[in-house]
Amino acid sequence: MSDSTTLTGARLVHAYRQMKLIREFEERLHVEIATGDIPGFTHLYAGQEAVAVGVCEQLSDADYIVSTHRGHGHCIAKGCDVSGMMKEIYGRQDGLCHGKGGSMHIADMTKGMLGANAIVGGGPPIAVGAAIACKLRGNHNVSVAFGGDGSANQGTVFEAMNMAVVLKVPAIFILENNGYSEHTGASYAVGSKDLAGRSRAFGMAAECVDGADFHAVFDAMGRAVARAKNGEGPSTIETTITRFYGHFEGDPQNYRAKDEVSKLRVTMDCLKRFRARVEADRSVAIADLDRIDAEVAALIERAVVDAKASPPPAPADLYSDVYINY
Amino acid sequence: MPQLSMRDALNQALHQEMSRDERVIVLGEDVSGGAGGTSGEREASGGIFGVTKGLLPKFGEGRVLDTPISESAIIGAAAGAALAGLRPVAELMFADFVGVCFDQIYNQIAKFRYMFGGKSTCPVVIRMAMGAGMNMGPQHSQTIYSLLTAIPGLKIVIPSNAYDAKGLLIQAIRDDDPVIFFEHKALYPRKGEVPEEAYTVPFGEANMVREGEHVTVVAIARMVPFAERAVDALAKEGITCDLIDPRTTSPLDEDTIIESVEGTGRLVIIDESPPRCGMACDIAATVAQKAFRSLKRPIIQVTAPHTPIPFAPSLERLYVPGPPRIEAAIREAMKDE
Repeated sequence: MSDSTTLTGARLVHAYRQMKLIREFEERLHVEIATGDIPGFTHLYAGQEAVAVGVCEQLSDADYIVSTHRGHGHCIAKGCDVSGMMKEIYGRQDGLCHGKGGSMHIADMTKGMLGANAIVGGGPPIAVGAAIACKLRGNHNVSVAFGGDGSANQGTVFEAMNMAVVLKVPAIFILENNGYSEHTGASYAVGSKDLAGRSRAFGMAAECVDGADFHAVFDAMGRAVARAKNGEGPSTIETTITRFYGHFEGDPQNYRAKDEVSKLRVTMDCLKRFRARVEADRSVAIADLDRIDAEVAALIERAVVDAKASPPPAPADLYSDVYINY
Repeated sequence: MPQLSMRDALNQALHQEMSRDERVIVLGEDVSGGAGGTSGEREASGGIFGVTKGLLPKFGEGRVLDTPISESAIIGAAAGAALAGLRPVAELMFADFVGVCFDQIYNQIAKFRYMFGGKSTCPVVIRMAMGAGMNMGPQHSQTIYSLLTAIPGLKIVIPSNAYDAKGLLIQAIRDDDPVIFFEHKALYPRKGEVPEEAYTVPFGEANMVREGEHVTVVAIARMVPFAERAVDALAKEGITCDLIDPRTTSPLDEDTIIESVEGTGRLVIIDESPPRCGMACDIAATVAQKAFRSLKRPIIQVTAPHTPIPFAPSLERLYVPGPPRIEAAIREAMKDE
């Protein structure tokens, strides 16, 4: 089992870079969407970075993840190319999905990223299927289903959890409890006191961790991966987290107190907390993190410039890739 | 050549494909049956229709997975396993149960390849038993293939006999696109000549079951043997028909149907489903668009009524189009002669 105390400085810097990349990507999208250049609607992951990165830093390309409508963070954490993602979000031909999926359907099979998913609760059954494949091949890899507190009220998630327990497959359910199911508070929409207890009721190990604490998520994920690879079946990790933006971009967030987000940006910012921790325990030189910040800013700037210059799909692309042959 | 029931032909196809390709797995409720039961009989049923019999002892629990009654998870798991490189054959039991897992079929499986820009393959086969005639009532008897035929990204297969059933199922398992495979319950015991060796029947190629000159008859699934009876009876009176079994409704072999109508000028379509927005309408519209000038008479659609399927045997018999209605429809098409 890989726990955070064993992480080298280089790996910690990498984890920070991944979180910063997600943050910068999302903050920039927030700005660009307001210009009207990005079609459709977009759900930003800013604020939840430590969950995606804490989980995916325990995985390799041979492990699988299934994501959600709020999937940019999971994609980046699993290694998807940010320039390809940006082009996809702009609806361009050179996007990761040739512009035919958009923000809510980014996938990269070569990275084990089986797709963001615009149906809340649509992903966990798919993750269980990939876990069946992992088990058949000897439990050397795991399959992760990301979902939110909203998805935890979907029957498909319960079906997937029970089936994962029954079939004893290496599936890991990550429930990102960001407090809101769209515009409705989890305190209203979730009948139980927490989400992890539901998973325990299905017969799997489940724990709750602070989702803004990279080290805590990484360690919980390490325990879940160890159980899965040991043939002990599925686990759930419920992460308490917040989102810094609305359900979708343009959401006026009338359901949140005016100062809620500004306060949370002080107390629940995973990047600030990561910096404070590694500075205190001297595991990383702060200058290295500053260098990362500059690097990432340049990378995102280039991704936006490239995306805007990328051509739209050709008219013939409307008809391609419905079938392999028909 | 050996005579096999459609059930045994399907079973043989599964055995042969699972032996040939270790990526093929089978999952669904009671596909072996007996797990957790008190008898200790680990293969208590082999699927409630017996189609998956003998797979568990031969291929083991890793590849033959009895699941809980969780249709969304069954179909979703098949989808995920396919994305991860396996070739799952999921059994939904009754086609009516599409109602509880429709999202996984039409929002997920059908759309992966397109919305992921052609970078995924999802070689899933979803088998489901359909059809009225066994007094199973409104929620266990429907033939909902038109609903799924309407969805881009899916291939829809509907065999009418044992030979086609085996060849089409093997093709479905080897096909890289997602396939919905409908099996008419009333056809399971029906025997036909089935070669021992593995073979495929290609999709999108209709079977010309009878050849004639007066009327084109298109029939699907159980309506094919019913239409055979009607067509053979009329042949004795000198009325001869092309009887076409599309075998797959997506892709649909439009060419064979249109060429036939260009020769006969008359079209009768037999579909066990309700009349609105169904395969009969779809085929009628295609012919009206592409062979309108060949038609000598209005197209006749013989379908079930626009009602749910009744339980009472007396009513169910009225619901299902039978050989007498088919014969009457063909005579109607010939009325101008």
